[in-house]
Amino acid sequence: MSIALEHVNYVYSPGTAYEKHALKDVSLEIAQGQFVGIIGHTGSGKSTLIQHLNGLMKATSGKVLYDGQNIYDEGYDMKRLRSQVGLVFQYPEYQLFEEDVLRDVCFGPKNQGLSAEECEKCAREALDLVGFPEKYYRQSPFELSGGQKRRVAIAGILAMHPKVLVLDEPTAGLDPKGRDEILDQIEHLHRETGMTVILVSHSMEDIANYVERIIVMNRGEKMLDGVPKEVFSHYKELEKVGLAAPQVTYVMHDLKERGFQVSTDATTIGEAADEIMRSFHD
Amino acid sequence: MKMIHAEKLVYEYDKRDEEGNVIGTNRAIDGVDIDVPQGSFVAVLGHNGSGKSTLAKHMNAILVPTGGTMWVDGRDTRDPAELWNVRQTAGMVFQNPDNQIIGTVVEEDVGFGPENLGVPTDEIWKRVEDSLRSVGMLEYRKSSPNKLSGGQKQRVAIAGVIAMEPKCIVLDEPTAMLDPNGRREVIRAVEKLRKEKNVTVILITHYMEEVIDADQVFVMDDGHIVMHGTPREIFSRVDELKSYRMDVPQVTMLAEELRKRGLDLPRGILRREELVEALCRLR
Repeated sequence: MSIALEHVNYVYSPGTAYEKHALKDVSLEIAQGQFVGIIGHTGSGKSTLIQHLNGLMKATSGKVLYDGQNIYDEGYDMKRLRSQVGLVFQYPEYQLFEEDVLRDVCFGPKNQGLSAEECEKCAREALDLVGFPEKYYRQSPFELSGGQKRRVAIAGILAMHPKVLVLDEPTAGLDPKGRDEILDQIEHLHRETGMTVILVSHSMEDIANYVERIIVMNRGEKMLDGVPKEVFSHYKELEKVGLAAPQVTYVMHDLKERGFQVSTDATTIGEAADEIMRSFHD
Repeated sequence: MKMIHAEKLVYEYDKRDEEGNVIGTNRAIDGVDIDVPQGSFVAVLGHNGSGKSTLAKHMNAILVPTGGTMWVDGRDTRDPAELWNVRQTAGMVFQNPDNQIIGTVVEEDVGFGPENLGVPTDEIWKRVEDSLRSVGMLEYRKSSPNKLSGGQKQRVAIAGVIAMEPKCIVLDEPTAMLDPNGRREVIRAVEKLRKEKNVTVILITHYMEEVIDADQVFVMDDGHIVMHGTPREIFSRVDELKSYRMDVPQVTMLAEELRKRGLDLPRGILRREELVEALCRLR
């Protein structure tokens, strides 16, 4: 199930003093099973972009194709699209509302019209996928820690069996361990289910550690699109738009300037360490 | 001179069931001693739920201790007669800028605090200008706050606190909701305040890179202070920090990885330049 955007434009409040061109001629294609990161400064169009992926926002012009079909076609089944492209918003735990964890996660499948038994089965599988312990299933979601609440919120989307999971800054406000746990869990999920994962993040280090492809947004335009090494080699351009490369990438550039025979394309600690050790052994 | 001083600080609150009956007590802070000299920069780390925000709220008497004592600039925060003096001494900045801005124009928002303190009008305008300049937001004085980026809003919130001329500013995860640029802007503004106005800074954060320049770092876990030292001392203890759900700056982690692979690097490398220098010496 690929998702494609073709020449998508989105204009907020057209014809008023607040008119803002939030997406400008954006075209891209995401194949089933990819793990993609989207980066960009606040206001660059990231959130607007992801809300086009499941039809929550409708492009002012251009097409959004899901599995080759234009979602703006008359009679297109939007409800089905929204259960196939699951969107996890920022601070999703604010959307928890049920009396206990299991019921909260059942809400999505219930709305899809599944029986109570099927709902519970989906919910249990989803909670298991995010590594949520069964002993807390009957606890109020409001009594959980920040990291656990977020797992429950993500499970609520997974219970609908999406083919594509879109997460808007899933680690915001979590402590470092909580951040790693959530990202490891998402990676595990991606590997286990073959689901497409689209991750919006402000952390270049996290993006570099997990994704296979990065899309950089700037002022509503797609500025760069490629594998992490490729994208972060444009670190000077990234800095101009309020972003950066991971710190280790800078270390490699500094070393090269000081005469080390190293390649500068490392984006993770492991890659940087391998390259530095190699230069010492040569 | 001690700006913040706590001795055996304890904070307990009632645990209640659904009907509101007390079913026990939770101890969010359990015997904390802390000393922050005037003009210094102190960072507090700790995982979600470790008690660090509860501790911060004691520094301007939003909460008062249920055991032990907290002094702010020598004033006991439990003394009701000192409440306003304490609040004026220590200003707080919170995580979400949208919850802290009330004015419809930037300069009005910043003037709100000093106006409430009864500062004369001429003096208010002087302070507004001065504090907006110190966070680099003077050119936005006539703007509407909702047109600003997260980092800009947070700097306006900081200016609003500075306009009340506190001796101490407590920032509770001020960068958690910002992009990398916004984070840099806020940290730079805070640093400048400390240097130019000698304001004592207490920064609570989950970003390890932000505490590298602190004079001292406290790590909290389960209501206790479990680690205390300079950033270099703290970040030399990688495994211990990780056991408290914390991390170290990426450069420190890379140096640690290289040490494990046999390079003779010193512990506690914090900055890029230090690592590059140390590697050059090894060549």
